[in-house]
Amino acid sequence: MLGGLYAIFAAGLSLIFGVMKIVSLAYGAFAVMAAFLALHFTEATGWSPALSLLVVVPLMAAFGWALQRFVLQRTLGGSALPSILVTFGIAIIIENVLLVTESADQKRMSLGWIDTAALELGAIRLGVYPLGLFIFSLLLFGILALVIAKTQFGRAVRAISEDAPTVELLGIRPKTIYAWAGAIALALAAIGGVASGVQTSFSPTSGGMLLIFAFEAVIIGGIGSLWGTFLGALVLGVAQTVGANFFPSQGILIGHIVFLIFLAFMPQGLSGRVKR
Amino acid sequence: MTTAPTHVSPVTITRWTRTSRFGTPAVTVVFVIMFALPFMTALSNVRSVTDLLIFIILGSMWNLMAGYGGMESVGQQAYIGLGAYGLVVLADQLGINIFLAVILAGLIAGVISFLISFIAFRLIGGYFAIGTWVIAEVVKLIVTQFSSLGLGSGMSLYAMSSFDRDLRIAVSYWIALGVTVLAVITCVLLVRSGFGLGLTAVRDDSTAAATSGVDVSRAKRLVFVIAGIGTGMAGAIIAISTLRVQPDSLFSVQWSVLMIFMVVIGGVGTIEGPIIGAIIYWGLREALADYGSLYLILLGVVAIVFALFFRNGIWGIIQKRTRFSLFPTGYSASFGPPK
Repeated sequence: MLGGLYAIFAAGLSLIFGVMKIVSLAYGAFAVMAAFLALHFTEATGWSPALSLLVVVPLMAAFGWALQRFVLQRTLGGSALPSILVTFGIAIIIENVLLVTESADQKRMSLGWIDTAALELGAIRLGVYPLGLFIFSLLLFGILALVIAKTQFGRAVRAISEDAPTVELLGIRPKTIYAWAGAIALALAAIGGVASGVQTSFSPTSGGMLLIFAFEAVIIGGIGSLWGTFLGALVLGVAQTVGANFFPSQGILIGHIVFLIFLAFMPQGLSGRVKR
Repeated sequence: MTTAPTHVSPVTITRWTRTSRFGTPAVTVVFVIMFALPFMTALSNVRSVTDLLIFIILGSMWNLMAGYGGMESVGQQAYIGLGAYGLVVLADQLGINIFLAVILAGLIAGVISFLISFIAFRLIGGYFAIGTWVIAEVVKLIVTQFSSLGLGSGMSLYAMSSFDRDLRIAVSYWIALGVTVLAVITCVLLVRSGFGLGLTAVRDDSTAAATSGVDVSRAKRLVFVIAGIGTGMAGAIIAISTLRVQPDSLFSVQWSVLMIFMVVIGGVGTIEGPIIGAIIYWGLREALADYGSLYLILLGVVAIVFALFFRNGIWGIIQKRTRFSLFPTGYSASFGPPK
């Protein structure tokens, strides 16, 4: 059930890569930043972390829009180095600003009774929260897939990921689309960050691991496929959970190894779309 | 008209420019003087300069791989860790001479980087970056499985205890200096060779390079392995100068932050850039180390500014103005017989 959480993260990363062909190394740091925003919001208002999403998600989306439009836009085109450097720089800045303003302690948010509630289904105990999160992520993917498939924006996104210069000739500005894609990606990072803040603890330095998990899900699923990413996230979640059952405290290593096996023997991923 | 041109001035191709003709001997002299440093200054300074040398090795190796090979890895900490652990195992547990152990530790890191390249090379660009990071995490998690390697808490190095404290610091400095010279010479010779030309072509356009007869994956793999060896040796030196290996600090992604920062500030794809970047980083660290996180924030900001506005780094700015170069790696043509 960890898969649902990873799926939400990975969707944003998958979108950024699909549209802009860059990989944001700051993605995990953004999620952690959103989790801290939500934490302060719940502490200040006493509302549930779920309601904090109403504030945190638009805030992060606006931030993502501006960042893409005014900073990352400059790094597009040509070599991958500038975008890698800039997003890595942003990750370092966010991490250390959080280390200064917050403490290095592990934090966690609570949804109240839902945290520990479980459904008894015969021999299997299913946590209500992971189950809810899984259904929520499925819903989120459905909406995202619908937007990409049916709307004018979605058509533009698909067209740009195929051939940006031609799309520009048709009168669509890639810059605008990029900025909105950046906004959606950070909104997803924010949801993922808050959701993970409820599921497990987080600290200013946990962004790196979140980025790595999202990345593994994208690669296992196959680059350029949204539902592939969802499947990839499920595979990673199952690998970590089952791995931890057999080898206690080695779940993450098992997840990494499953990822490397996919990379070695099935580099096109589960969705099997081979690009170029 | 029957008169043919009576005189064609011969064209001379030179590799040495006016500046590199002075620059290379000057650098050589600097290194010779640096050899005598432990006799001239306090040991705390020698220690600090050892760090600078480690930075130069790391920066030069990352630059060789990213600047010339086009592979932006954020997983080089894997080889730092492997080199450091390798040294402790070789020197302490197998009793191999410490100087030999540095070289062997580098070679071990090189062999492992050769194996890793087969998986990592399936990814390019940003995906290559995160992929190498994942691999570094895997290497760390595997290394910390072994109780003979001290699990998660690491080990101490005892092989250096045969030296007294002063000599120990001087010896680790000399090893660092030796490896630095080796690393810089390797970079110069590699970039100067026909292979370096092919490599630059691979970085700029790998498809075009392949059609021009460059064996792209072989070229990239060779550079990746050389960078693995050099970074592994730097890791071994870190173990010698700190006398301790600790998985969380050796396998930290901060090492990659450091390498990227130095190379970008100094100038990507030049020999001189990483050296300048290393000196700047080292100076900043000496001046600002007390500020901890604030100093890392500053590094992040500077890296972004350079990546956005000064893509060629400080050395790039200098070269654009003056065509100054310390090492004879380019070509220049002039009319007339050789001077």
